Amino acid sequence: MNPGELLVGPFNRVEGDLEVRLEITDGQVRAAYANSPLFRGFEQMLLGKAPEDALTITPRICGICSISQSAAAAQALAAAAGATPAPQGALVASLLHGVENVCDHLTHFNLFFMADFSRPAYAERVWHDRAVTRFTAMQGSAVRRAVEARAELLHIVGLLGGKWPHTLAIQPGGVTRAPTARDRIRIRADLASFRRYLEEVLFGAPVEAFAALGSTAELMRWSTGDAGLFFEIAADLDLARLGPGPGHYLSYGAYPMEGGRALAAGVWEDGTVHPLDTRAIVEDLSHAWMRGDTAHPTIGHTTPDEDMAAPGYSWCKAPRLAGAPMETGALARQLIDGHPLAVDLAQGGVGGVLARVAGRLLEIARTQVLLERWAEAIRPEEKFMTGVSLPREGIGEGLVEAARGALGHWVRIEGGRIAAYQIIAPTTWNFSPRDAAGVPGPLEAALVGAPVGDGEDTPLSVQHIVRSFDPCMVCTVH
Amino acid sequence: MNVLWLQSAGCGGCTMSLLCAEGPNVFDLLSGAGISFLWHPALSVETGGEVRQLLQDVESGAVPLDVLCVEGSILTGPKGTGRFHLLSGTGRSMLDWVRSLSAKAHHVVAVGTCATYGGVTSAGNNPASAIGVQYDGRHAGGAVPAEFRSGSGLPVINVAGCPTHPDWVTETLLLLAADELTATDLDSFARPRFYADHLVHHACPKNEFYEYKASAHHLSQMGCMMEHLGCIGTQAVGDCNIRGWNGEGSCTRAGYPCINCTAPEFEEPRHAFTETPKFAGIPVGLPSDMPKAWFMALASLSKAATPKRIEQNAISDRIMVPPQPKAPKT
Repeated sequence: MNPGELLVGPFNRVEGDLEVRLEITDGQVRAAYANSPLFRGFEQMLLGKAPEDALTITPRICGICSISQSAAAAQALAAAAGATPAPQGALVASLLHGVENVCDHLTHFNLFFMADFSRPAYAERVWHDRAVTRFTAMQGSAVRRAVEARAELLHIVGLLGGKWPHTLAIQPGGVTRAPTARDRIRIRADLASFRRYLEEVLFGAPVEAFAALGSTAELMRWSTGDAGLFFEIAADLDLARLGPGPGHYLSYGAYPMEGGRALAAGVWEDGTVHPLDTRAIVEDLSHAWMRGDTAHPTIGHTTPDEDMAAPGYSWCKAPRLAGAPMETGALARQLIDGHPLAVDLAQGGVGGVLARVAGRLLEIARTQVLLERWAEAIRPEEKFMTGVSLPREGIGEGLVEAARGALGHWVRIEGGRIAAYQIIAPTTWNFSPRDAAGVPGPLEAALVGAPVGDGEDTPLSVQHIVRSFDPCMVCTVH
Repeated sequence: MNVLWLQSAGCGGCTMSLLCAEGPNVFDLLSGAGISFLWHPALSVETGGEVRQLLQDVESGAVPLDVLCVEGSILTGPKGTGRFHLLSGTGRSMLDWVRSLSAKAHHVVAVGTCATYGGVTSAGNNPASAIGVQYDGRHAGGAVPAEFRSGSGLPVINVAGCPTHPDWVTETLLLLAADELTATDLDSFARPRFYADHLVHHACPKNEFYEYKASAHHLSQMGCMMEHLGCIGTQAVGDCNIRGWNGEGSCTRAGYPCINCTAPEFEEPRHAFTETPKFAGIPVGLPSDMPKAWFMALASLSKAATPKRIEQNAISDRIMVPPQPKAPKT
């Protein structure tokens, strides 16, 4: 390592393995390189298998976004078959997926992100004692309460999907279990209990009041619950300006159901939403330890460079949409769906650490309302699965929104077997390495300018920025 | 008792599942039994330099290690180097770290089917050459050799499952902390017998369908999934249907087959997961400890005796014909 360089790792409280190399001048990060140091090769494993095996294998890419992977595989297979799931099946799949997404946001906030503010480095801050009480790793009162609320909310997945993670309940034609009226009443009870947690602990006020926030100024006046403590910390440390986003945001739109997706799909550029065209996606391999050319996922493949030769520095490919890197996640989703708070956070501010974390809190509040509506809409007398016969030849695209953002599966079936399978995960977008033009990925760009204190070997500012993306490295390097 | 937890090549789902422990929550449960984490990659505050120092101290023996938990398979590729997974910040392969730290630990616990036997990470052509800590599939000998014994004299304790049930992990740790887990408490694949002496079949809600071989033909139908849909709950170890997952769940309760995820090589069944391979129309892989001829004889008898209620419910997605209790006395 050269003088003025730092190698940060093992980087914990992110899902999976991450190493960040920093070039530092004058107490600031001048350039950053994100390395995903683990390769598993799921796309290769799937080749030659029965197409429906993707429903068993792809959820196991990731233990935290497992239902997202499952839903994307089910959609890709349904698309290959030209089929649509039973409407009530799609509703239950959305309910399962929404529960996972909320749980992931909750885990991120309470277990992964907030712990850093309990560090002794912040001992002089007026809020530090409260941060220690609430968010000390594995001991804080908020941490322990959050895992309980999360475990109880996941009873919905236990009931409808058997277990979490790694359910096989979501299928191209719907879901494997038809809920009864009794199941529906239990689900509603679980959601009522979770609402009580949100309103007593996380927000300290009605969920609807948080979801109705319309501007960053209003947000920063929010003083109740653990959310309020975070905004106080964010104001004190100026987290709004730390780790700016690239200004390009992508969302595939979340929760496909009869009548469309509950949250809109699109691309945010130059302060406005443009339609999404997935044909403009390519994966650039110039700085990945991968062999092959830049390609659209329908024709791309995954062949690791076993020599790990330069200029490659990561197992992660570099996805680009119409040539540009994209940030994806809760902020992107809420922004593209047109929520005024998200628009103000991304446009009025710079889309930094505050915006990403607030985007997630906003989404918890809005998803709670959606989940309650969906539970109400379950009609036990209807069908939850339609028969889908998978074709011997076909191609399919499955697009979902995981907690961390846009997740796509592309499958090609030949002779009744999987001939090609490509996956682009949210963190593949967010933590992509440089492309052939030398353009860094969103995280790499966001780290430029981060302050590094004297003697810091694992700079706190870098930790806040990295964790604000809620990276899922195991998905990234499937 | 201190625990150092490493995440090797896996999905992290066993940690995510661990956080679903209830009554009490996982943190209160472990700390109540005097168990603390030296470091856990998803849960601890320490990052980067602080962790490298800790690993160095454990490796040198300066910090004694009670339990090394490994989650995820161990990658030996490319070309036996293990460099498909370098522990970030250290430039050393996880293979190297696991071998080195195992030698220092009083107990070694492999958490999940990736860490125990290779698991899903070794599926297909096994692109990253994944193996388990002490097994490579069904073969003894993994990242550490078959004859390896940790400081306690036990082999690597294999808490298999994909994912693991939170209680399988916490109860193993609690038993170790109480010094109540011995070699005879492990089965032939070193799985704790407190859950591996049960079969997924036990307490499966489809048992009545199984008794009559009243089978589901498609997912979402209520019948037994053994004949057509690939279910191997009669051979798979695990108390899944006895203790329940995430409240009252289990795979078969949710209407999809048991794929034997607690077993080595479950990831390559050599047929589609949700399809039962058959020979001359008869499922291969019948319950392992039942004579085949008896099974066939009983199956044809019970099929012939199937009540209408069970026959019809088996191919429905809900109860169409309820049991008929005796009429109330008037």
